Amino acid sequence: MTEPDDSTLTERGLPPQGGRVLLLACGALAHEVLAIRRAGGWDHLDLHCLPAKLHLWPDRIPAEVEKAVTAARDQYARIFVLYADCGTGGQLQATCDRLGVEMIAGPHCYSFFEGNDHFARIAEDEITAFYLTDFLTRQFDAFVWRPMGFDKHPELIPMMFGHYTKLVYQAQTDDPDLDARAQQAAARLGLAYERRFTGYGDLAPFITQAAKDPA
Amino acid sequence: MADEDDIILSELNDDELVLQMHDDLYDGLKEEIEEGVNILLERGWAPYDVLTKALVAGMTIVGADFRDGILFVPEVLLAANAMKAGMAILKPLLAETGAPRMGKMVIGTVKGDIHDIGKNLVGMMMEGAGFEVLDLGINNSVEKYLEALEAEKPDILGMSALLTTTMPYMKVVIDTMKEKGMREEYIVLVGGAPLNEEFGKAIGADGYCRDAAVAVEMAKSMVARKHNTM
Repeated sequence: MTEPDDSTLTERGLPPQGGRVLLLACGALAHEVLAIRRAGGWDHLDLHCLPAKLHLWPDRIPAEVEKAVTAARDQYARIFVLYADCGTGGQLQATCDRLGVEMIAGPHCYSFFEGNDHFARIAEDEITAFYLTDFLTRQFDAFVWRPMGFDKHPELIPMMFGHYTKLVYQAQTDDPDLDARAQQAAARLGLAYERRFTGYGDLAPFITQAAKDPA
Repeated sequence: MADEDDIILSELNDDELVLQMHDDLYDGLKEEIEEGVNILLERGWAPYDVLTKALVAGMTIVGADFRDGILFVPEVLLAANAMKAGMAILKPLLAETGAPRMGKMVIGTVKGDIHDIGKNLVGMMMEGAGFEVLDLGINNSVEKYLEALEAEKPDILGMSALLTTTMPYMKVVIDTMKEKGMREEYIVLVGGAPLNEEFGKAIGADGYCRDAAVAVEMAKSMVARKHNTM
């Protein structure tokens, strides 16, 4: 399949294409999931992405996931949810438990990209860090700058980012262009910059497990 | 909402001016709010009436539209900024004129969390409703909360968290209050985006506040009930 574009993934997501096992994911993870699937040659894994911008309203995520799982249930042997808690306060986990589908562990993608265990260890020292992934770096304007109103009201930046001290770019891939864009994002927010290569973190073993599921 | 550049606030009658101030607050127009507050004061309005009828009532509309998904965080912040500017004028006057005091609140974001937009909004609306508010800021340890409770003896402790990873710390604070035998002395209200009512009950809070307006209403009724039983 052709690689979906980021604006579509932010606004509309990605419809399923067909397969035996469904990965129901956040649009912000589409490129990474497709890369892992490609590397494994797992054509039986289908990917359906909900719009990444759902993250602007985390309380809506559990209901949207439930709707998608319910609609897809009869067409797939197994469904795996590629959302972390994502600010739902445990509600998404409760929904997945009720629906009998497995979801990836962790509080958010910054944590599972870093590796949940490692992230938990460093979290206390990084409470003033703001994270960007590859996707968020590419979609910084659509996801952060404009929704936060900074394009029209830069005076809001200190109100929203006043307590942050650094921007950590968690790089899933080695891309000098993204590195430069992330650095620029840090400068626009008035934050120090740090690049950290994470690769796909815990996402890769989770998808590997889904691919090898006996379903 | 408002798009009338040529409105002269001082030419409006009181009712029109108050409605215009609601619009200006909605649009986050700080200078207009300051001007409106000053005009009403010059016309002999009591500071408390300016606060409640022009500012708090206007901010309540903003809060309702935020809850309904019509307004988003940036708009609410701009409105809050405008209200804050109006309150800065009123605050010293309110102290002089003896506005009704509803009670006292200590509020802060929990340890490990630096997010304070919601907390600041609650603090401002609580002040607007006549509560004295002591804001502990962000990243508060249990020791800091307890120290403030003992020093200030408030009616209410408010705790806020934005992260799923930090919200369990509220239980640490409540459990420590229980251990020290001081839990029953305070009303504990909690709030923050990932929280819900179930979580509030599970950790032993007295109330979960989904937004600033709910926090104010809950605080008023719980403080009234507390005082009635004393």
